[in-house]
Amino acid sequence: MSKPTSAKPAIAASTPVLPPNDPHLAPVNLKLTREERIELFRTMMRIRRFEERSLRAYQAKKIGGFLHLYIGQESVAVGCCSLMGKDDHVITAYRDHGHAIAVGMGMNELMAELYGKATGCSKGKGGSMHYFSPERNYWGGHGIVGGQVPLGTGLAYALKYKGLKGAAMAFMGDGAVNQGAVHEAYNLAALWDLPVIFVIENNGYSMGTSQERSSAGELPKRAAGYDMAWGQCDGSNVYEVRAMMDKFLTRAREESKPAVVEIDTYRYRGHSVADPDNTYRAKAEIEEYRRTKDPIQVVQNMLIADGVLTTAELEKLDQDARAEAENAAAFAEASPYPTVEDIQKDVYWEADHPAQRTSKGRLFFD
Amino acid sequence: MPQITYREAIRHALAEELERDPNVVVMGEEVAQFNGAYKVTEGLLAKFGPKRIVDTPISEAGFIGAGIGASMLGIRPVMELMFWSFYSVAFDQILNNAANVRYMSGGLINCPIVIRGPANGGTNVGATHSHTPENVLANHPGVKVVVPSTAYDAKGLLKSAIRDNDPVMFLENTILYGDKGEVPTEEYLIPLGLADVKRKGNDLTIVSYGRCVIHSLAAAEVLHKEHGISVEVVDLRTIRPLDIDTVLASVAKTHRVLIVEEQKPFASVGSQLAYMIQREAFDELDAPIHRVTTVDAPAIYSPPIEIEQLPNPARVIKAALALVAGSK
Repeated sequence: MSKPTSAKPAIAASTPVLPPNDPHLAPVNLKLTREERIELFRTMMRIRRFEERSLRAYQAKKIGGFLHLYIGQESVAVGCCSLMGKDDHVITAYRDHGHAIAVGMGMNELMAELYGKATGCSKGKGGSMHYFSPERNYWGGHGIVGGQVPLGTGLAYALKYKGLKGAAMAFMGDGAVNQGAVHEAYNLAALWDLPVIFVIENNGYSMGTSQERSSAGELPKRAAGYDMAWGQCDGSNVYEVRAMMDKFLTRAREESKPAVVEIDTYRYRGHSVADPDNTYRAKAEIEEYRRTKDPIQVVQNMLIADGVLTTAELEKLDQDARAEAENAAAFAEASPYPTVEDIQKDVYWEADHPAQRTSKGRLFFD
Repeated sequence: MPQITYREAIRHALAEELERDPNVVVMGEEVAQFNGAYKVTEGLLAKFGPKRIVDTPISEAGFIGAGIGASMLGIRPVMELMFWSFYSVAFDQILNNAANVRYMSGGLINCPIVIRGPANGGTNVGATHSHTPENVLANHPGVKVVVPSTAYDAKGLLKSAIRDNDPVMFLENTILYGDKGEVPTEEYLIPLGLADVKRKGNDLTIVSYGRCVIHSLAAAEVLHKEHGISVEVVDLRTIRPLDIDTVLASVAKTHRVLIVEEQKPFASVGSQLAYMIQREAFDELDAPIHRVTTVDAPAIYSPPIEIEQLPNPARVIKAALALVAGSK
């Protein structure tokens, strides 16, 4: 670690939105070293380039099923996951590639999973929507809208039960907030004072239905009905995400209190790549966001204005991210598929540990 | 050997496992302060305190899901469904999350949860509260399914279920809760996936599980005394994993099979059994396999008629006589 940057980082003139309380002055951001600031940006860039490369692989028919890209939302996962301590945990829905990279999963295993290869993070058994890395406290990667939110509440339950000072972050999209399971989870978290932050990544659209056409009221304010704290911030600025999340995470860890936060963001691509994206929003809207609030552009401008990165260093960082994604695609391409015999592995713990099996009888049928 | 009820046997299993493993937590609606809707958990709160015995709101998707999440971090939750019929509101959590998480993570995540509660008709509570979903559950690779018929089996199987590293669905029966049986005071485990021959015989094999075993044993006694038919009753005890070998050994002896199950006929547990028996013991069969199932309709309320909708000793006897007569 090198010495910190200036005590009060300047805000670039090009920064489009200044939040009311300067997030750069939040202690969690002031303490960032130059290397740490670069690393935050590098992770965002790596997500962007991974997603772009995976899209090309999909278009080349290397990837099956769905592909829900995180492009435009990078600052959210990176900002939140950059705050994780050893007892903090993350769970999310099916737009899960960004969080996977943010918690430290490697591009090779992620790309190979998309290709359905045995070298994938789930051995080719989960696919795009089902990334997991329990060793990095990353619990997926879940396909059913809102279905992961009770699980995240259970992670927090386990932390509290074990007396660990950690917190769980249960991410969901703005479309998930109308699922019953989410409200059941809210109630349990508040009732039992569980250290969980429900993070609504509001990209404005639940698939092709805008927020105003799907949700009554302001999304995070629903927390008030459960006597939970709530917050809201602009997700395009990774420092703002960190400033807000740090407060809630600290409170969760120290006081075992839940919260609902809404982080406003945007996706440039369709709901999944199967979405032609020409029925429910105007191209101009996408362009306007890209021009003014692109999270990579926002942070990049700050880093250059603050003298943290030169344009040459920036270019190098970008090229490295592209090369890493390209190498991951090559790795995935060269990797073997799982075998037909692999289909019935990883179903039961007992079947995979025959020496320790205690049950009798047939586990599988034909 | 002391006689205790099926209810007490389950309670003792819970208490012993709570004592043995500090990660075991009992959770559900009314399990703590109320002492259990069916008094299965009576006294556990007083003994183990509110950290281990946890009342939940009426919120099955929420608390079952939370239990699954907690199990991924090493807690061993034993979740009570007041009725298994309420699994439908937690279906996504049970069958997408608990059943699939190990597979979708390539074996990285385990889900050592037990979900238990009664699953039966026969108590005049109508169609919403009378589901017997063992076939639906067993249709999902990744879960195990247990349906005990006696106090002894219930205790030994539940202790094994709690120690199991895979999700186990444990289906009890409100009508059996008061039934007494011999249960040893010393500790014992019954492995999942091991059937039990509850009565030996030579002329006909009845394959059954849960309360239908009790009906089948009553019927077997009548068939023996009044009709001279020697019936072997095989209690599966566990639906998945399935001890088909014990079934096939009995078929090789009797050459006739009657399946008795509290299931709607379409794609029932018996459907799978019948398929396996004909596939693996075709030459042993002297007659087509018969079934006694729930009469194929939603559970009727009308108390005397519900008895006829479900398998009962009279229906078993009638089916057994027809089967034996048809194969002579």
